Amino acid sequence: MNASDQKRLLREMIFYRRFEERSFEAYMERKIGGFLHLYSGQEAIATGVLERAHCGSDYVITGYRDHVHALKAGAPAREVMAELYGKETGSSRGRGGSMHIFDPTVNFMGGYALVGQPFPLAAGLALACKHKGTDQIAICFLGDGANNQGTFHETMNMASVWKLPVLFVCENNLYAIGTRIDRSTAVTDQYKRVAAYNIPSSQHDGQDIDIVMAAATDAIAHVRSGKGPYFIEFLTYRQRGHSMSDSNAYRSKEEERLWMERDPLKIYGDRLKKAKVLTEKDIAAMEKSVLEEIENDIVRFAEESPDPRVEDLNKYCLDDQPDPRWIGPLAQGEHHG
Amino acid sequence: MAEIAYWEAIRRAHDEELAHDRMVIAMGEDIGVAGGTYKATSGLYQKYGADRIIDTPISENSYTGIGIGASMAGMRPIIEIMSINFALLALDTLINAAAKIRYMSGGRASCPIVMRTPGGTAHQLAAQHSARLARMFMSTPGLRVVTPRGPLDAYGMLKSAVRCNDPVIIIEHESMYNMRGEVPDEETFRPLEGAEIVRAGTDVTLIGYNYSVHLCLAAADKLAAMGVAAEVLDLRALRPIDRDTIRRSVEKTHKVVIAEEDEATVGVGAEIISVIIEECFFALDAQPVRVHAADVPVPYNRQMEKAAIPNADDVLAAALKVLGRV
Ligand SMILES: Cc1ncc(C[n+]2csc(CCOP(=O)(O)OP(=O)(O)O)c2C)c(N)n1
Ligand SMILES: [Mg+2]
Repeated sequence: MNASDQKRLLREMIFYRRFEERSFEAYMERKIGGFLHLYSGQEAIATGVLERAHCGSDYVITGYRDHVHALKAGAPAREVMAELYGKETGSSRGRGGSMHIFDPTVNFMGGYALVGQPFPLAAGLALACKHKGTDQIAICFLGDGANNQGTFHETMNMASVWKLPVLFVCENNLYAIGTRIDRSTAVTDQYKRVAAYNIPSSQHDGQDIDIVMAAATDAIAHVRSGKGPYFIEFLTYRQRGHSMSDSNAYRSKEEERLWMERDPLKIYGDRLKKAKVLTEKDIAAMEKSVLEEIENDIVRFAEESPDPRVEDLNKYCLDDQPDPRWIGPLAQGEHHG
Repeated sequence: MAEIAYWEAIRRAHDEELAHDRMVIAMGEDIGVAGGTYKATSGLYQKYGADRIIDTPISENSYTGIGIGASMAGMRPIIEIMSINFALLALDTLINAAAKIRYMSGGRASCPIVMRTPGGTAHQLAAQHSARLARMFMSTPGLRVVTPRGPLDAYGMLKSAVRCNDPVIIIEHESMYNMRGEVPDEETFRPLEGAEIVRAGTDVTLIGYNYSVHLCLAAADKLAAMGVAAEVLDLRALRPIDRDTIRRSVEKTHKVVIAEEDEATVGVGAEIISVIIEECFFALDAQPVRVHAADVPVPYNRQMEKAAIPNADDVLAAALKVLGRV
């Protein structure tokens, strides 16, 4: 990877961190409502995996911690922020909010609140890719906790038998809300669990984007070559609470300190400095330009955008312009009484 | 008599029932070490231990099934599901198993489980956290479905539900956990059946359940100021429905409004109007009116959400309509 790509990647991760932290502030100002789950600390995973995918073409799907996946997949940051603000210009036109970012124009097929729900949806996206004979794949990002849903097991089995082109990315941040993984899960190494379904898998450090990218390259090559699904597990940690109301009381300060030291931005930034790709001053300038972009362009766009119109409450419930041939009602001559 | 919050009332019922019977256990996500999403089991893990306050994985259908199995063998599980939306994952074990086991065994088996879950809209939680779904459970024979409107019923109905030999679904509300109300200091059981007249009146009956009772009460206050004596009826149980209390009220007031937080289609209001037509059609002086949510998934945007969910003014407007005052 050349120096300009490395700089771009570092800036992207800084951007994602600042985007999340800025939405935290907007939440405190009550400009964002509902549930808000931040991705801070896990940036290397979505950034690294999707760097190796064909964004815009490959399908991407995830849970409710979805802002960064949407952004890296290609959803415009203005629209994602506007969605958090509930605005008409948002990715989901203000109807979905933080947990339900969608951008089908780049094949980002959504964030879902129900834990485990995206597994079968991802396999379905992959089934469509296979059926159409394109070289697209589906990539499903979910947490460790999701693997205890029935959908995990059922989907792994079908994806494997049907050799579906789907990459399952497990972001193992060791907790499902307040429950530590070993208290809920018999096999804590998640990559081992899919052996039962004959799916190849591996486990890697999720804090180091170079490791993430190397692992993703192999996994994606496997899936794209038509050999069926692959399951990749990354060990990581969320720096903030599960959502805004969570104080992390169940985690030890020592554990948090150790993981904070393994901040993905710091690991990559230090590496690039050491390799003389950039200096501390360059990083500071990058931080500054990111902050300005977020404040002056992205947040501003969200704040200045209009709310959806209440008169449009029923819009999007069903197709607004259905073909009457399929919808009816029955015409006079069509009654067979 | 002390004033306590709704969540404290639930916690107290758990505590008393756990102390009373070793067969009582609680199960659910984050209810133990983390103390419960709504604090309804806070401190109980420390008091009763991991064998009785069981933190489950995110496996709703199967841990509900495990609760059902345990109940068939004599235990009394209280299962917390974080949101009624997630209870959809447990429908197979709840509806295909729990609701039918007594019947299809010819009365030889039973499953006395309690499933507690909040089933209302909170603030901007969007479509996948805001479905209310009470109407789905109330249509299932073999279940009991109750909807405590305040701390007293939240406490007393949970206690009765634990003792009762049928599967009981208790529908709580995310916006009510901090609501306060009086609960007697001595142990109290509240019946799982029977509507309650929570405010007597002669001019119009406002029927609600769960949170919508409070919308009816607020509307009744405004009506009183206009010289109208509204009667407010809390259904308390959606299954079975207390037909007698509804009939008696309608025979007195001759006018009805039904307030439901859910969508109207195949809903609580539809059922209540059918009951009224069957029980006392000729007592009606005006067409009943339903106050209900818009027939759409709940939107995230704040104004849109407000527009989708009924409020006290909607109940008031409906009452004025049946009274012919508009
Ligand atoms: C079906 C369902 N059950 C429960 C919940 C409540 N819930 C939301 S997130 C979560 C934990 C998920 O943990 P994990 O999969 O590890 O993802 P993380 O939040 O750690 O990224 C739970 C239990 C839910 N949203 N959906
Ligand atoms: Mg997790």
